[in-house]
Amino acid sequence: MGFQYHCRNYTCSKKAKTWQCGRPAGRGPPAPTRFLAGAGEGRPSSSCVFVVRKDQDIYVQTLRKLFNESHGIFIGLQRSEEEFAGKSRKTQLVQVSKNYRSVIRACMEDMHQAAVSARDPALHSQYSTQVSILSAMELIWNLCEILFVEAAVAGPLLLRLLDWVRLHVCDVDNMVREVLSSENPSKHELFWNVVDVFVLQGRMDEARHLLSKEASANPTSVNMCRILDDLMKKMPVPSLGNTQTLTEMELKWQHWHEECQRYLQDGTFASNSHMESICKILLGDENAILEKKELMTTWYHFLVTRLLYSHPTVKPMELRFYAQSSMDLFLGGESSPEPLDTILMAAFEFEMHQVIKECSIALSNWWFVAHLTDLLDHCKLLQSHNLYFGSNMREFLLLEYASGLFSHYSLWQLGVDYFDHCPEYGRVYLELHIERIPLNTEQKALKVLRICEQRQMHEQVRSICKIMAMKALRNNRLGSALSWSIRAKDAAFATLISDRFLKDYCEKGCFSDLDLIDNLGPSMLLSDRLTFLGKYREFHRLYGEKRFSEAAKLLLMLMTAHIAPCSFWMTLLTDALPLLEQKEVIFSAEQTYELMRCLEDLTAGKSDKQKFQDDDVETMKVEMLRLALARNLARVIVKEGTLEGS
Amino acid sequence: MASPAPPGHAHCPASLSLLARRRRAAAANQQRRRQAGGRSRREVVVVAAARAMEDVCAKFVSQKVSKARWRPLPAAALQPPDIFATGSWDNEDNRISIWSVGDLGSVGLNGEYQGEPQLLCDIRHSGDVMDMQFLDQERVVVASSTGNVTIFRHHQNNQTLSTNQRWEKAHYHVDRSASCGGAACTGVICNNPEVVTVGEDGRINLLRADQKDAVRTIDNADSSTLHAVTFLRTTEILTVNSIGQLKIWDLRQQRNEPSQIFSLTGDRVPLHCVDRHPNQQHIVATGGQDGMLSIWDIRQGTMPVSLLNAHEAEMWEVHFHPSNPDHLFTCSEDGSLWHWDTSTSVAEKPSFLHQGGRSTTYFSHNTINQSLVSAWLSNDPTKDRMEITNLIPNQTLSVNSLDILGPCLVYGTDAEAIYVNRHLFA
Repeated sequence: MGFQYHCRNYTCSKKAKTWQCGRPAGRGPPAPTRFLAGAGEGRPSSSCVFVVRKDQDIYVQTLRKLFNESHGIFIGLQRSEEEFAGKSRKTQLVQVSKNYRSVIRACMEDMHQAAVSARDPALHSQYSTQVSILSAMELIWNLCEILFVEAAVAGPLLLRLLDWVRLHVCDVDNMVREVLSSENPSKHELFWNVVDVFVLQGRMDEARHLLSKEASANPTSVNMCRILDDLMKKMPVPSLGNTQTLTEMELKWQHWHEECQRYLQDGTFASNSHMESICKILLGDENAILEKKELMTTWYHFLVTRLLYSHPTVKPMELRFYAQSSMDLFLGGESSPEPLDTILMAAFEFEMHQVIKECSIALSNWWFVAHLTDLLDHCKLLQSHNLYFGSNMREFLLLEYASGLFSHYSLWQLGVDYFDHCPEYGRVYLELHIERIPLNTEQKALKVLRICEQRQMHEQVRSICKIMAMKALRNNRLGSALSWSIRAKDAAFATLISDRFLKDYCEKGCFSDLDLIDNLGPSMLLSDRLTFLGKYREFHRLYGEKRFSEAAKLLLMLMTAHIAPCSFWMTLLTDALPLLEQKEVIFSAEQTYELMRCLEDLTAGKSDKQKFQDDDVETMKVEMLRLALARNLARVIVKEGTLEGS
Repeated sequence: MASPAPPGHAHCPASLSLLARRRRAAAANQQRRRQAGGRSRREVVVVAAARAMEDVCAKFVSQKVSKARWRPLPAAALQPPDIFATGSWDNEDNRISIWSVGDLGSVGLNGEYQGEPQLLCDIRHSGDVMDMQFLDQERVVVASSTGNVTIFRHHQNNQTLSTNQRWEKAHYHVDRSASCGGAACTGVICNNPEVVTVGEDGRINLLRADQKDAVRTIDNADSSTLHAVTFLRTTEILTVNSIGQLKIWDLRQQRNEPSQIFSLTGDRVPLHCVDRHPNQQHIVATGGQDGMLSIWDIRQGTMPVSLLNAHEAEMWEVHFHPSNPDHLFTCSEDGSLWHWDTSTSVAEKPSFLHQGGRSTTYFSHNTINQSLVSAWLSNDPTKDRMEITNLIPNQTLSVNSLDILGPCLVYGTDAEAIYVNRHLFA
């Protein structure tokens, strides 16, 4: 069955739109069958949680090929902007359109394969539905390509429409194959059907080939066959190039038409009803063509056949009249037009916006309308149209499509580029969406970060780094946490982590993550505490390397320049103890005074009450320090005095 | 519904060739040179030239590809490789897949082009595939974002995949027993039967394919995330981390400290990948977050010998050609894949790869490159030229992984496609 429509799929996307993605349906009971329901499908009870998905087709595995491959074409189209002008620009756009269609076709074939190999009947029907949707999409796209993108003029227009019908009406292909592969085609019961199919589709050479078989098999009809063959051969066709004018063509056509008419009135084919009906078709007899309804299957095939044999030089603007009457004649009031018919009709009427609107309603995805609208926009066909909300239609549809991609677990990367090409709201959408991507590994975080950094989205960069730093901190990975906060230039967080490092040091007596702290470099300046951490570690390194005077100088500097937090001064002063007790004098008199001042500042700062609470250890430390400082001062005064004296 | 695809449906990206010439760093670069220990930081000079690359086959696979690896060839094999494995990431269910690329040029029964990769089998994998290495002809080791390390066996007789060995949460944060306590395992390297893994937890695991428990674990080996690992020698490994350090670990020593640390002073640009020259083990290439390619000579100094400005975003992988190491391949987040060719700089050197078309053979580790100073280390701007070809001109999404074996290149992208080029040197 050709492009049968499965309407039940088509209401989803629009409806789902009114519900926020991923939010449990809280506003009264929705009709459950309309949604892709998670638990409790079909049983609307209060305990159900409905999984409402924004764009249902996004989740079809095979369609991911479509999304990914078309993404490349889309980007190519945006980049190619205005490279060419005039005619070559049109050629380029037609090529882009063809590329889109070929992607749809490739996807359709994959889906078809999947349907064939699916054992589960439910799955099979699901795939088959997708195949028919895809083929309908391609059918519509192809027509839009002919009418809007290429904008074929009278003459070539008909040839394009013929190609269109031949490409898409493939139900009869099996019949043709069966007849042609039989031993004696002309004796086959479907022989004349096949000839009719060829004639209806304007495939004259193939029809003539079959006729010659009939002629050789059936001597009585040789003469008739020859005449019919001759008529078919002589039939004038519009040329693609500029080799003949339309009037020329119309003249030839008139002449040929009269010849056919003559043979029919002569009764040349009277003895063979098949050939007679073919001759009537050649004359464009509507009733004769309509008799072959089953062979055409659709009204648009009928339209094209009718145009071929009665109005071969139809102008684009005349199409709407023939289309409407063809549909009415073909359906004959028996059935009402389906969505696909309405869409095609709108296209024949050159109602571009109507086509897009109908497609948005009918199709279960935003892919089609978003890409088609974008292409038409690049053809400069949609400029005048502005919506009363948002930006323009192209942007609106692209935003919808890209938002759908972002709601998908892994297709979000594609969405980014679509947002990039929405000049008005794209950035805001991207900012809101990108923050909501779950970051389960650092690698993914890096990828998201790169997207943000390329677009100077500083706020988002900070937030991502902060999330990662928090995660690392929770996992006790201080080094990683510090790296992330340095990348985010987040001073407050760097301070927090530095404090953790210092606390660890106070507890354990040694530093962890030395490889990181030793290599802070200029990033040390991010926060005061981080600077202190780096410098304090440097002091330890100098001390370890026995570069005492440098170490002493640095230690003193940490206090006098107020880099060290006050709470840490006691530790620093205690660190000075071994330096004071060294055999050789390290601190100069001036430095010793400074140290003393630091100690007094520290102790004076504390109230008497606090002093009481301080345990004996603390008091002893202060006493020891005072003693050491005094002794050092004595030594240094002697030493400095001696040096001056000598 | 089967109907022929309309014309124009071909995946054959044309190529853009960039010719890069090394040159002395300009005045603007001197600051950076000083940081890099006076060594040159070369800018890649681009001279465009077009060359068709019609041998590339693409296949869209409906999953983002994080890793692609050729199956190693048996020692005596002369044919090019024909089987590769891929791993996916960021899908709701990730998969390990085995693909075959049949004979090129022949047309199958259904009229389909046989050059396109055909899926042989696949298996579900929990978590993102972070890294993947073939252990031998049949087994592939996979690192997962859940912290698991799994060996899958490919049964070639009935084309199935099965789990052969698994180390649950080989990498973990504070609490291993917690349901989400695993830390992503970011890198894996094999030297049958030994497997070394590194992870976001800064841990290094030494595993044996046949042993359930880790042979050795270095906790807190690195305070930041380890991004990649490779073998330097059989007992030494190289790791790169997220603060731009390259470390050498000697697994014979019981000390849990690296035996050497190299870094780009001051820059702290994270390094994402590392590879060692197959013949000259002192030459190491790393790729960083800024897309820079660094070449290190680990015999001397602690800074890279040369820095080459390359990609515009993270360099995800770097590979020396295993049998023709004058060629190097890098791929990046910016969607490009570069072929670095230094063979032109040493004019008279025999190159075995240019001898024939399809039946190209490639020689393992001898004759090539022995007496000469490697082109990668030479620093003479007048003599050496480097030809750089961007193999993907119009790519937009990240190329996450590549692998190169003989004349065959495979790579996988975030655009959910895998590409195979079987005539790289044609």
